[in-house]
Amino acid sequence: MDQELRELYQQVILDHNKSPRNFRLIDHPTNHAEGYNPLCGDNINVFLSVNDAGIIEDISFQGSGCAISKASASLMTSMLKGKTVAEAEKIFNKFHELVTDKLGDNPDIDELGKLAVFGGVREFPARVKCASLAWHTMINALHNKNEKVVTE
Amino acid sequence: MVKPLVYLDNAATTQKPQYVIDKTNNYYEKMNANIHRGVHALSQEATEAFESSRIIIKNFINALGKNEIIFTRGTTESINLVASSYGRKNIKEGDEIIISTMEHHSNIVPWQMLCAEKNAKLRVIPVNDEGEIIFEEFEKLINEKTKFVSIVYASNSLGTVNPVKKIIDLAHSYNIPVMLDAAQAVNHLKIDVQQLDCDFLAFSGHKLYGPTGIGILYGKVNHLEAMPPYQGGGDMISKVTFEETTYNELPHKFEAGTPDIAGAIGLGAAIEYIEKIGLENIAYHENLLLEYATKAVSDLQGLRIIGTAKEKIGVLSFHFENVHPHDVGTFLDFEGVAIRTGHHCTQPLMRRFNVPATSRASFGMYNTIEEVDVLVNGLKKILEVFG
Repeated sequence: MDQELRELYQQVILDHNKSPRNFRLIDHPTNHAEGYNPLCGDNINVFLSVNDAGIIEDISFQGSGCAISKASASLMTSMLKGKTVAEAEKIFNKFHELVTDKLGDNPDIDELGKLAVFGGVREFPARVKCASLAWHTMINALHNKNEKVVTE
Repeated sequence: MVKPLVYLDNAATTQKPQYVIDKTNNYYEKMNANIHRGVHALSQEATEAFESSRIIIKNFINALGKNEIIFTRGTTESINLVASSYGRKNIKEGDEIIISTMEHHSNIVPWQMLCAEKNAKLRVIPVNDEGEIIFEEFEKLINEKTKFVSIVYASNSLGTVNPVKKIIDLAHSYNIPVMLDAAQAVNHLKIDVQQLDCDFLAFSGHKLYGPTGIGILYGKVNHLEAMPPYQGGGDMISKVTFEETTYNELPHKFEAGTPDIAGAIGLGAAIEYIEKIGLENIAYHENLLLEYATKAVSDLQGLRIIGTAKEKIGVLSFHFENVHPHDVGTFLDFEGVAIRTGHHCTQPLMRRFNVPATSRASFGMYNTIEEVDVLVNGLKKILEVFG
């Protein structure tokens, strides 16, 4: 595989695409939003259970999408479980800066952990929306906006 | 290493022959002037080039007269023109308009807008698992409330060639006019509008090896005469006062404003080019490529071809069980292969086949068997990574 392509489709991404984590419904979510990318037909639902202390007790997703969007949603849910809403927003911002290439060549991405595998996406402008769809949907769910997230 | 381009996205747009580019450039370099206005030599020369393109197009589809050939921006505008002008005048509350499941959004939305405005109803002919119109369902849908039928000649997502002559004949037995969206058919099938007896026909220049931004609406002269103008402005009038305007004669009544002159000349050139090669030869070549590609991908694990109609143009749409079309598109791009991935502006059709999107390779006259091999090898590499 070409090096640049290998950067985009890292093993972690292929693994999460094949067996996505938290790919299920939450029966009575406190927060839910739907995201849609009309360009490629990606469609995602993000469900959250946030307790009174503002901690994300459970988070899951369902939908259909490409490997990048599915792996991104899977890794996002793994990462955010147990975090506070404020932490989730902070990680969202950092992730967004990573994939939109706002962090420069040597980004400080320690707090992103495994999410760093999405660094390769910035070389593929057409795929940035794939990586960020789940995240925008999650943020909308947290803000309890019921309108659909549309990225294209 | 940069790989040679394998361009298999011809259903989206075709590459332009040098002849077309030269003819287009020649207008800007040697005869740039506005048409139908000036008495000076340059304007007359430009007018003549523009109008001779109209005659080339008239002959290409065998229209009765050049006043039946309207220049538009493309298929989408042609359909909107008919929906807006013919539709607003003739469609009333409770009327029905029939389209099919395999329509491009451009042959759905204008009719939907018209139906919403008039409180009319849009009826949809279903397709079978092969991606063919179920004709018996069309027979059931058509009734005394039906006032218009608009059907795609060849599907951009499936490649299906529809039995348009049969559809037109049945509709005409109820006195219902039929419009054909011929965007994908016109570069593959010989179209004779008199033999088909269609009432309207739309196509775009850029899918026919011509420029973007130029297209054609063919309409039977009796319809066009009775229809109100689509847009008002210069060129479409013969006399204007503040009290009243007399509209120009056909085809100018529907061509308000300065048109894409270079585009029209380029489209004429594209048709000259195609006719030199011969549409039958192009169709024969594309059918060979389609047959070869269909066979080659059939062995690939988990691949399902979407659109297996008996009669097809050179479009191969497919879906992998475990690989999303978008990933297919990115991988093939690295092999130098340009295909289209997505819903191809046919979202209702994607839902019919229960896929979010497909990957689509579409062939043009310049593609080769070797290029199909590059595509198939690329697909095999994808399976190695995702399999």
